Amino acid sequence: MTESHKFSSFSPITCHAWNKDRTQIAFSPNNCEVEVYKRNGHDWKLLDTLNQHDLRVMGIDWAPNTNRIVTCAADRNAYVWSQDSNGKWKPTLVLLRINRAATCVKWSPNENKFAVGSGARLISVCYFESENDWWVSKHIKKPIRSTVSTLDWHPNNVLLATGSADFKVRVFSAYIKDIEKTPEPTPWGTKMPLGQMMAEYVNSPAGGGWIHCVSFSPDGSKVAWVAHDSSINVADPSSGNGFIKLKTEFLPFLSCTWISGRTIVAAGHSCVPILYTLGSNSQLTYTGKLDTSQKKESGGLSAMRMFHSLDKQARTETSDTNLDSIHQNAITCLCVYGGNKSKALKLSTSGLDGQLVIWDLNSLERSIQGLKIE
Amino acid sequence: MSATLKPYLTAVRHTLTAAMCLDNFSSQVVERHNKPEVEVRSSKELLLTPVVISRNEKEKVLIETSVNSVRISISVKQADEIEKILCKKFMRFMMMRAENFIVLRRKPIEGYDISFLITNFHTEQMYKHKLVDFVIHFMEEIDKEISEMKLAVNARARIVAEEFLKRF
Repeated sequence: MTESHKFSSFSPITCHAWNKDRTQIAFSPNNCEVEVYKRNGHDWKLLDTLNQHDLRVMGIDWAPNTNRIVTCAADRNAYVWSQDSNGKWKPTLVLLRINRAATCVKWSPNENKFAVGSGARLISVCYFESENDWWVSKHIKKPIRSTVSTLDWHPNNVLLATGSADFKVRVFSAYIKDIEKTPEPTPWGTKMPLGQMMAEYVNSPAGGGWIHCVSFSPDGSKVAWVAHDSSINVADPSSGNGFIKLKTEFLPFLSCTWISGRTIVAAGHSCVPILYTLGSNSQLTYTGKLDTSQKKESGGLSAMRMFHSLDKQARTETSDTNLDSIHQNAITCLCVYGGNKSKALKLSTSGLDGQLVIWDLNSLERSIQGLKIE
Repeated sequence: MSATLKPYLTAVRHTLTAAMCLDNFSSQVVERHNKPEVEVRSSKELLLTPVVISRNEKEKVLIETSVNSVRISISVKQADEIEKILCKKFMRFMMMRAENFIVLRRKPIEGYDISFLITNFHTEQMYKHKLVDFVIHFMEEIDKEISEMKLAVNARARIVAEEFLKRF
């Protein structure tokens, strides 16, 4: 039910992305390369190494329908990779016009443009200009005050939710009038010229909490985010300027996604994906952990050893190195593997321990008592 | 173990566990740089409020956190002149070999005896809970080590004095 995979590189996985039929995965082993693997039963075959960046790759996204990969890295560049007739991936440079590290990248739902967040305190919205035959970008600058750490597209292909290290979540319009027709009004607003800020949420009134991940709900009517103050938040524009905040007892989350219209999965430094449900009374509630692995008890005299080490080191166990979870280090990337955001069947997570774990939500729901995914 | 040591270590352990949630973060001030923000202090939104945990006046820990690094400075108990000298010499010995300790800083923060700098690259390579264990273990052992050395010095001084006074 829960499969764990390891790759030959054994290094941390910074981020991963799947192709359309989930047979191939592209991920970066925490360096300047992106590796494309094909699944073969429980084994993985290295198909190609995308080697063009010269600093650590920060973001990868695979457009399912047009079958193109976009990567961005700390060397300030982004490349769009497309497959030639031999199946080799060929890069095209994108003119991002940024002078700091690119941090995150996402294809828009229609796959005709993508957005890149960067440490230059701006977002580049990139689209293909056919007359010059290259990818050009338009910038959204104001009023971002710090590194853009995450972004997500609204299903209408126009709105963009972003989170940044200045503790704010903003929803921008990324409407490119050269390539698309005027968008329909949404709950977020009616007029949407490029760079228009549709909404802004301050993560915490006292300040603080870098935003680690944002995600639009499947219908695009709400946006959820996780921040460094260990909170998980949901904002709904139809109910005014406020948002729902739930401070959790876990370590900060790094990644989150909706898996149905009312359920959010978040994962991060506590190494376990955790489910939260948005109730009808607009309250976020803890639903359960997806990882129920238990620590193996090693040999006799454990109680004595436990008290001994509790007395000496204020810790129950000192001799073992393993955590009682599948992931052994922070989970950095969480993707929907089977289904989609409105009805996810499987999830994939990757983390600093170099593992890729695939979680089957249906069988987990059956096997974990009291877990109900709505 | 005395009654105040355990709560002290527990507080340090929990603070460190929370503080060591580090990310990879490229500099937003200098192109193509990736430096510990707690050291360069270039953007103040990337720094968290520093925390001091103290057991008494002399023994305390300063934990400064940023988006990609955490700096831990420890002040060790020094009751008398001998302990002061021993502590200074011992810390100097270790800090001269800082690269062998990987997370040790070459110079302590002012007002403290020894500093550690843990970055996101360390938490990627090593188990986070083991890094926390290391710091806690270090704090425990350092007191023990210094009191042992003090006893050794005193014992030696006594023998030397005895030998010397035999002549009279």
